Amino acid sequence: MMDITSLPALVLGNMIKNREISVVEATKAQLDAIKQREPFYHSYITVMEEEALSQATKVQKRIDAGELRKSALAGVPMAVKDNICTKGVRTTCASKMLHNFEPSYDATVIERLKQAGVIILGKTNMDEFAMGSTTEKSAFGASKNPWNISHVPGGSSGGSASVVAGEEAFFALGTDTGGSIRQPAGYCGIIGLKPTYGTVSRYGLIAYASSLDQIGPMGRNVSDCTAVLEVIAGHDEKDSTSIHRKELDFRKALIDDVKGMRIGVPKGYLDGELDDEIKDRLYSAVKIFRQKGAIVEEFDLEMIDYAVPAYYVIACAEASSNLSRFDGVKYGYRTPNYENLQELYEKSRSEGFGSEVKRRIMMGTLVLSESYYDAYYRKALKVRSLIKQNFKKAFENVDLILGPISPRTAPELGEKTQGTLQSYRSDIYTVSVNLAGLPAISFPCGRDKKGLPIGLQLIGKEFGEKDLIRAAYSFEQAVGYERPTTLREGIDIVNSQETQMHPNNKSQD
Amino acid sequence: MKRYEVVIGLEVHVELSTKTKMFCFCSTEFGGEPNTQCCPVCTGMPGSLPVINKQAVEYAIAAGLALNCDITQQCRFDRKNYFYPDLPKAYQISQLYQPIGRNGGITIDTELGKKTIGIHEIHMEEDAGKLTHIEDGNYTLVDYNRCGIPLIEIVSEPDMHSAKEAIAYLEKLKQILKYLGVSDCKMQEGSLRADINLSVREVGAKELGTRTEMKNMNSFKAIARAIEGEKKRQIALLEKGEPVIRETRRWDDERNASFAMRSKEDARDYRYFPEPDLPPLIISDEWIDDIRNRQPELGDEKMLRFEKEFGIPAYDAKIITSDKYLAQFFEETVAICGRPKEVSNWLMVEVMRLLKEEDIEAEEISFTPVQLAKLIEMIEAGKINRTVAKEVFEHVFKENVDPDEYVIEHGLSMVSDDGVLQSIIEKVIAENRQSVEDYRNGKTKAFGYLVGQTMKETKGKADPKMVNQMIKKILDQ
Repeated sequence: MMDITSLPALVLGNMIKNREISVVEATKAQLDAIKQREPFYHSYITVMEEEALSQATKVQKRIDAGELRKSALAGVPMAVKDNICTKGVRTTCASKMLHNFEPSYDATVIERLKQAGVIILGKTNMDEFAMGSTTEKSAFGASKNPWNISHVPGGSSGGSASVVAGEEAFFALGTDTGGSIRQPAGYCGIIGLKPTYGTVSRYGLIAYASSLDQIGPMGRNVSDCTAVLEVIAGHDEKDSTSIHRKELDFRKALIDDVKGMRIGVPKGYLDGELDDEIKDRLYSAVKIFRQKGAIVEEFDLEMIDYAVPAYYVIACAEASSNLSRFDGVKYGYRTPNYENLQELYEKSRSEGFGSEVKRRIMMGTLVLSESYYDAYYRKALKVRSLIKQNFKKAFENVDLILGPISPRTAPELGEKTQGTLQSYRSDIYTVSVNLAGLPAISFPCGRDKKGLPIGLQLIGKEFGEKDLIRAAYSFEQAVGYERPTTLREGIDIVNSQETQMHPNNKSQD
Repeated sequence: MKRYEVVIGLEVHVELSTKTKMFCFCSTEFGGEPNTQCCPVCTGMPGSLPVINKQAVEYAIAAGLALNCDITQQCRFDRKNYFYPDLPKAYQISQLYQPIGRNGGITIDTELGKKTIGIHEIHMEEDAGKLTHIEDGNYTLVDYNRCGIPLIEIVSEPDMHSAKEAIAYLEKLKQILKYLGVSDCKMQEGSLRADINLSVREVGAKELGTRTEMKNMNSFKAIARAIEGEKKRQIALLEKGEPVIRETRRWDDERNASFAMRSKEDARDYRYFPEPDLPPLIISDEWIDDIRNRQPELGDEKMLRFEKEFGIPAYDAKIITSDKYLAQFFEETVAICGRPKEVSNWLMVEVMRLLKEEDIEAEEISFTPVQLAKLIEMIEAGKINRTVAKEVFEHVFKENVDPDEYVIEHGLSMVSDDGVLQSIIEKVIAENRQSVEDYRNGKTKAFGYLVGQTMKETKGKADPKMVNQMIKKILDQ
């Protein structure tokens, strides 16, 4: 039988509908590929082999009974980032703290995907509690970039990006708090879509920073991501921050036409730390958009320099509160040695959390403390509302904003864990989007000298997903999709070393 | 000794009587098996999110309006962060920056006349779970049933100067909240809890003294004792020239003393910040107007109306309207049998006495206005006398019996048959010749004795008026 794992999700969905392949066959093929590739990519924390196969049988029955005719993704196997709750399947947030945590309920997005007949293969690796941009902060060991396994896949949704690029799933869910969908998608050469805040329910997403978190699709093409978005988007009464949106028919925007679209490139994004190779690709993208009839112009977007500090103050503040519930009392990790309640708290949290998580909890605790609240947290909120206003002003003149995702391509494993400040600063192009609650899509645009993918992003106005989808889809028609070299040439077994998936295998720093 | 003045402010936590919790759909019923009324939201499971209970907000607004507060129309929730096993999220969703009500006040009656106690603010929050420490086993059990039950905290201004004023304020607060139906205010079930902020200063001093906060009082009486105790303790310190330490103290009612819990130095920094999981709560003019229009008649208004409409004395009206259910019982009974003063007497004397004796609240009364009305009608119709009526009523109150049936079953109807009564009286006179002699010699007391003996013979069922007349007739022959 042919290797179906490289197919786009919608193509597989269609084959299943046309009885060219059964759901069980497709699921088995994908599980086989996982077994073969996982030793090299190390992108899953949990593979749900049995559950996936039993789901596959059930979904096939539903399809045979004539249900799911309207579901384009029925029977398609996918992966879920391990900070999204799955009933009865451990959900770890890549932390020792939750190494044994089995949620008693499904997140709303999981309910919706199951309803649509999607097969969940497993839970993907990530930076612990989504804090990081390399997936090296996972308590289960780092994941690898399918383009070059000595490089990171990015993060925090690095496992999801890696399984999609490495063809260990047809698509995946990621979460984006400060770029955690877009950056790994860019590093791995796939599409990542971060919806407008409030579009996708956060119920069941283990919160990092509640006012910034948003779940979104990661896929090998724009159409797949759009189809997934249609399944997961929509108001949820269990999430008070979810929005009643009309026009969730995103696939109507899959049009190869950008004539007259106004695209702005912020000048501030072009100087400073941006790698020349990425700048070149950005200009080539500008050229392609112009050739297709879009109007592309540079403009000034203010407050860029303040986005990263404001982001870290707000995200850490919320995280320090959100992660307080992991106290060793009810579930998750509890220290074996304690004399009293205080010690139970201190030791469980000191032993259960990794260093980056502890660093952010401490920063968040500081900025919320009575004596620093005004100086940091309140000020960050002001910056946030200014950033929002500036975007609003910008969108009076442009339909979309085009820019890089990160100053450079995927770093080597182990490289980035030193010098935290620099790694925080590399979030410069992504975090303002979360602060403003805007939608953005990242897409591949060629590769650098090392052969690593270069990703770019388009930022839309609030609820502007259709513009994003249309522009990214048009661009994709011009440049196509590239499979990772490791898949094309066969995984180089000699040069890779296996990593044990174990919670005690902590990240380097 | 110097003369001191005590300054008291109260923080009153009231559980709202919504059917479901503040941020999820779990039941708020009291007394369920531990951990049977919880879900991922109220147990703070990872990934769960709060959804505001609109009814709870409505109750809070109703309370705010009744306590004459300004309603904050751009209302918001904040997180109060601290670690404790009864708080599964390790933060309580509360309100710090934009509480739902501000700048209110209520009027209480004091010995020196009416006085307004200011209300600083009302804020909404969720309750925590219940911990049970097992001393022998050296462990603690957690019950999350109470976790997430909606509360309002009513913070008074430091406007009270005695235990009496504090209790009057609490009584008034309880009366208003019960009239509104927003809380059952049962202290023994924890649905009303009060913390006392208390300081003392020399009479005439402008600055407030250092205050302490006292917790753990479970009755109004305990609150009064705690105020007296703390006042004495602080004055004694000042007299000795020692400072009062700003701290939280726990009242131990059995030992009639308070003990330090934690001082200001180790006070927690709660790191309040706006709850990002809940968007601002916008309260429209229409919503407020709608709630205002639906506000029930409160105690003060009802008292004036009862005086006017039923012609009962102000004193009666005040007592009857002090409790919503008592007032309702009054109106319903009068609607059946009329005679408002008679109904008022029964409620103020017998009902109040039995409520106290049985230690229950008016809303727990098991009999209906129909039963009381029947009883009153039986007296008026001369079917039973008052002594019998009181006895019957006790059974109505305690056993919910039908007064008609009870009187028949127990043969309590008034003996008003002339012939029967005549023969009983003749027997009594025959057996008490001495008393007859005494009466005839001018000792009027002897007359009462003969009446009493007759009543005794009839087991109290005779109409005393008739007995009087008949004995007089025989003796004066």
